[in-house]
Amino acid sequence: MAESRTLELEAGEAEVAARRQAQGGPSLARRGLALLALLVGVALVWELTKILFSITDYNLPHVYAIPWAFIKPLSSTGQPMGVYLLWQTQYTIYEALAGFALGALAGFLLGVVFAHSALLERGCLPYVVASQTVPILAIAPMVVIWLGRGFLPIALIASYLTFFPVVINTLRGLLSVEPTALELMQSYAATRGEILWKLRVPASLPYLFTALKISSTASIIGALIAEMTGAQRGLGWNLVYFAQYYNSDPPNLWAAIVLSGLLGLLAYGGILLIERRALGWQARAG
Amino acid sequence: MTDTAPIVSIQNVSKLFGSASAAGQTHALSRVSLDVAPGEFVSLLGPSGCGKSTLLRLVADLIEPSDGQILIRNKSPRQARLDREYGIVFQSPVLYDWRDVLHNVELPLEVMRFPPAERDRRAREMLQLVGLKDFERHYPWQLSGGMQQRVSIARALSFKPAILLMDEPFGALDEMTRERMNAELLNIWSQTDTTVIFVTHSIAEAVFLSSRVVVMTPRPGRIEKIVTIDLPQPRNLETREQPHYFELITAVREGLREV
Repeated sequence: MAESRTLELEAGEAEVAARRQAQGGPSLARRGLALLALLVGVALVWELTKILFSITDYNLPHVYAIPWAFIKPLSSTGQPMGVYLLWQTQYTIYEALAGFALGALAGFLLGVVFAHSALLERGCLPYVVASQTVPILAIAPMVVIWLGRGFLPIALIASYLTFFPVVINTLRGLLSVEPTALELMQSYAATRGEILWKLRVPASLPYLFTALKISSTASIIGALIAEMTGAQRGLGWNLVYFAQYYNSDPPNLWAAIVLSGLLGLLAYGGILLIERRALGWQARAG
Repeated sequence: MTDTAPIVSIQNVSKLFGSASAAGQTHALSRVSLDVAPGEFVSLLGPSGCGKSTLLRLVADLIEPSDGQILIRNKSPRQARLDREYGIVFQSPVLYDWRDVLHNVELPLEVMRFPPAERDRRAREMLQLVGLKDFERHYPWQLSGGMQQRVSIARALSFKPAILLMDEPFGALDEMTRERMNAELLNIWSQTDTTVIFVTHSIAEAVFLSSRVVVMTPRPGRIEKIVTIDLPQPRNLETREQPHYFELITAVREGLREV
């Protein structure tokens, strides 16, 4: 018996080692190389399209014109446009972050409430869903009319886009618990609160992070759109400005668009990092 | 054993599933009575649908009887559950994926508000008992099925309940692992003074483990026969080779046939 147990332990450890090896994936250098190849590929297709269909610089500027738009000095202050844009983006980041935090918290709490009351879920969830079919472009000006221009209305509009995926996924996650896992808690005479914190919430985390990844980029879209109608600063407002003055300098708009994309990537990557830390047990299992 | 008061007393218990008005009602248990003495190892044995798991879940207060009464240490099952009189092991280990082995074993101790140092001490003691001392920091997915079930047993015993309820705990394991787990369970049982109620559909397992085997038959679920297993303790590999072991297996099997 002693021998067979040793064998089992060894088999277990071998399995662990094999899985550890499998989860390593491609090295950082290889992934960097792949990214570089992708960027070069996109630039090639871009320039080839320009030549093949004889597209003017006005309709589609050269690829190199976009990084140049970041570097070239502004006529008003003389600082590079990239510095100015980053300074402006700062506002957008704060608004999106505040909206994200608010929306995620509200969404999570609502998910918890719905998970505990089938009556409330059936009564209220349809309205939560309906709220999301109203286009944000219709809502944003109204919120600005109600609350005036500034930080708060923009953060609120960002939170409006954040909270929906969080409600739905939190609810799904909290209810994803196996019946026997619940019975185990019942056998310990655990309270509802203990079942929530020790079982339902940890079990819902993978679902929650899926929602947060969607929401993180959605909150940026919310902030950008809100800035377009209710601010005179921020990346969203600059997007509108550059669009209005597109005739005079097309690459400016492209630069702002690239920056918006990078902002989304940053938000997504941030959540991914937190997820890896929080769900370490799962990343290794996957 | 006969003159001690039963730790679990099941009196004329019936359980119906489905609504009372519907014709499609299932009679899961019909007037079942059984007394379990302290320190006994009782197996509930029978084919699927005989109500053996239902009976265990009634004792655990996970469901309520339609008729009859169950007393656990002279208390209702609900009160016994609230007093944490039993630990339960299910067919699947039901480990929480986000907790390592040590913290899975500590789960009931956390819920029961044991101080952290005591939690740690007891969990380690239990892991030593089930032979998983070196796996404290492993996560469930890193363990084999047999090891996971051992963690689940350590968790059920961590708060030293008077009664251990086991619902086909080794049903999902292969035959070799199962036999080894049987021997280990007996070893654990002999080191604690726990009363065990063990649900299984394996005749060999029931005879090897138990002091009494309760043979149940389906439709409606009821107790057909109770076979006392007078094999000497400690039981080991040789036990499975004794003629008397086979005689008892035959006796139990005949009980199952008399339907």
